[in-house]
Amino acid sequence: MGDPALSRRGFLAVSAAAGLGMTALSGCGGDSDGGSSGTTTIEWWNISTTQPTKDVWAGLAKKFEAQNPKVKIKIVQLENDAYKSKMTALTASGKLPDIFHTWGGGVLKQQVDAGLVEDLTDSTKAWADGLLPVAKQPYLIDDKTYGIPFDIGMIGFWYNKALFKQAGVSAPPTTWSGFLDAVRRLKSAGVTPLALAGKEKWPGMYYWAYLAMRTAGVDALRKAADDKDFTGAGFVQAGGHLKELVDLQPFQKGFLGAAYSTPTGQAATVGNGKAAMELMGQWAPVVEADAGKGLGADLGFFPFPAVEGGQGSITEVFGGGGGHALRKGAPQAAVDFLKFFASQATDQELVKKTGVLPVVPAAESSLTDPNLTAVQAQLKAATGFQLYLDQAYAPAVGQEINDSVAALIAGSKSPEQVTQSVTKTAKEEQ
Amino acid sequence: MLFIGLVLLPMLFALYAAFFRWGGFGMPSDYAGADNFTRLFQDPVFLGDLWRCLLLVVLSLLIQLPFALAMAVLLNQRLRGRAVYRMLFFAPYVLSEAITGVLFSMVFAPDDGLADHVLGAVGLDGLGGEWFADPSWVLATLFLVMTWKYFGFHMMLYLAGLQAVPAELTEAALIDGAGPWQRFRNVTLPLLAPTLRISVFLSVIGAIQLFDLVWVVTQGGPDHHSETMAVTMFQYGFKRYQVGYASAISVVMFGICLVFALAYQRFVLRRDLEGATTTMRGNGK
Repeated sequence: MGDPALSRRGFLAVSAAAGLGMTALSGCGGDSDGGSSGTTTIEWWNISTTQPTKDVWAGLAKKFEAQNPKVKIKIVQLENDAYKSKMTALTASGKLPDIFHTWGGGVLKQQVDAGLVEDLTDSTKAWADGLLPVAKQPYLIDDKTYGIPFDIGMIGFWYNKALFKQAGVSAPPTTWSGFLDAVRRLKSAGVTPLALAGKEKWPGMYYWAYLAMRTAGVDALRKAADDKDFTGAGFVQAGGHLKELVDLQPFQKGFLGAAYSTPTGQAATVGNGKAAMELMGQWAPVVEADAGKGLGADLGFFPFPAVEGGQGSITEVFGGGGGHALRKGAPQAAVDFLKFFASQATDQELVKKTGVLPVVPAAESSLTDPNLTAVQAQLKAATGFQLYLDQAYAPAVGQEINDSVAALIAGSKSPEQVTQSVTKTAKEEQ
Repeated sequence: MLFIGLVLLPMLFALYAAFFRWGGFGMPSDYAGADNFTRLFQDPVFLGDLWRCLLLVVLSLLIQLPFALAMAVLLNQRLRGRAVYRMLFFAPYVLSEAITGVLFSMVFAPDDGLADHVLGAVGLDGLGGEWFADPSWVLATLFLVMTWKYFGFHMMLYLAGLQAVPAELTEAALIDGAGPWQRFRNVTLPLLAPTLRISVFLSVIGAIQLFDLVWVVTQGGPDHHSETMAVTMFQYGFKRYQVGYASAISVVMFGICLVFALAYQRFVLRRDLEGATTTMRGNGK
């Protein structure tokens, strides 16, 4: 047993070498001054390494260059995880690329605090005011704009209309007690109410995060992170409500070992009609059809229900997206490019060809998919926003929430213990 | 040079980093003393890792290796098609752990998996369970998969050892009137001892370092019930970016391996390593 090939020494060598390599690499990149004959070259770092997005974005860069003959755009594309590591190294070195991909939240705040990011509040006000408000939220830090979105999405319940009908649930529930009721009805009709990827932990965290938003409220989540204290009554209640749900045993058989996108995972369970609901982001229909059969017209979307007596409302959304930020002192051409990238024409092209949700309200007409249209309607009507916790908080805190909530769902931690563990981890992070 | 640069320095660096609160970027600067280690030995997950590690070692020594030995003895007889059997039993060892993991997560998928289907077909539906999803069964299921994958390797070691047992000795015992069990116990087993000792060593070190299989199949879950030290280290080092703490885990792992290896060499392998004993048995080798 035990593969000698993965010896501890090999492992350590790899990890330490990676650490050193990153430090060495951090010397490069970031710089791009004007070239010869007055042309400005701007570097654009993004994570669109997959098709069709890769080609569409390259085409857009060409289009921008054609409109601005004196500007050259150098595209640097990195795969998601590689990008994150590289950016962490660049942040430590103090030099960021002219235009770079950002998810906003805690990481962007770190970069802003280090004085590395351009404040876009005034330079983009003229045109950025018209963008979908909720999409701009992740990049707002202390009421200043540090990034411009090109994509936005949210988490909600994806449900099987046919199974709801079979169980006699006429309309999607809007309150937590209504939701628990629907779960009971589905169960007594012999339908598995919910699919959950227990092995991967993050899908379970969505329940706790939404419940915390509904009970404690979005402001309390922000304050808890600032004060490093998650022990407030609202957070304990959130765990308590989740426990109410878990006690109904609503999940598919063997959910604790289930993955998300595998052929026996969460998405496939819903996609094959073996469970009535899943709590997932706007990408859910695609994964359901990819890992399973997909539900077609039977698939519906409803927002996470409100909790009676809680601080939050049903119109507050939990989600995130993608955007671009500029390094401090980036050339004007970079701001022009952000404007170009957030224009109606560009957004329509992005919505049509790359399947993102529109951030320019006028680009909505390009949205044809009924599921995405439903999500878009929620986003447009949103009255509050909470960024994905793993992006909003430090990595260790995000992971601890995932871990503790998984323990709550598995029955080994109480709601109080969840809040205590998260607080402890938050305090350990300096 | 290569050894120093790629093995020794990173090891020393990990030891150094274990004394810092360090996020993995830049140089470690926030000295934490032995905090990482005290925290480690108060962490129920890590203590659980140690317990599970011990459990896997014991299970391996009591079940997996004897099973491999039995198969080796069996396949050492004149048996029709024994080459085919040997190859079949050895084949899983050639598969990578990742592939094994994916394969068995399908086999043990609740309801849809092969295991539940087979049990259902022979009327044992009740036994078809949540193999990898039940906290109290996950380690047993994992051990089953480990045995499936590794017993062939140990069997091959034993077969090689058995080939070296001279037929004359067994014959002599037979003539002296020894039964099959006595022949095995008093002739074969002592001559196989050096091979057994090496195989036990590999088995224990393997259990301490178990990672790939667990990561692919369960990621240590449900609720840490199949987590190993290497998995915990990975979680902290590459998911939470608490590299100092992860280094402390790796240092402890290294320490356990080192102590075991040294003690084992000193007390168990000594006889194999010393020239004298081997020459005395030179006849037998």
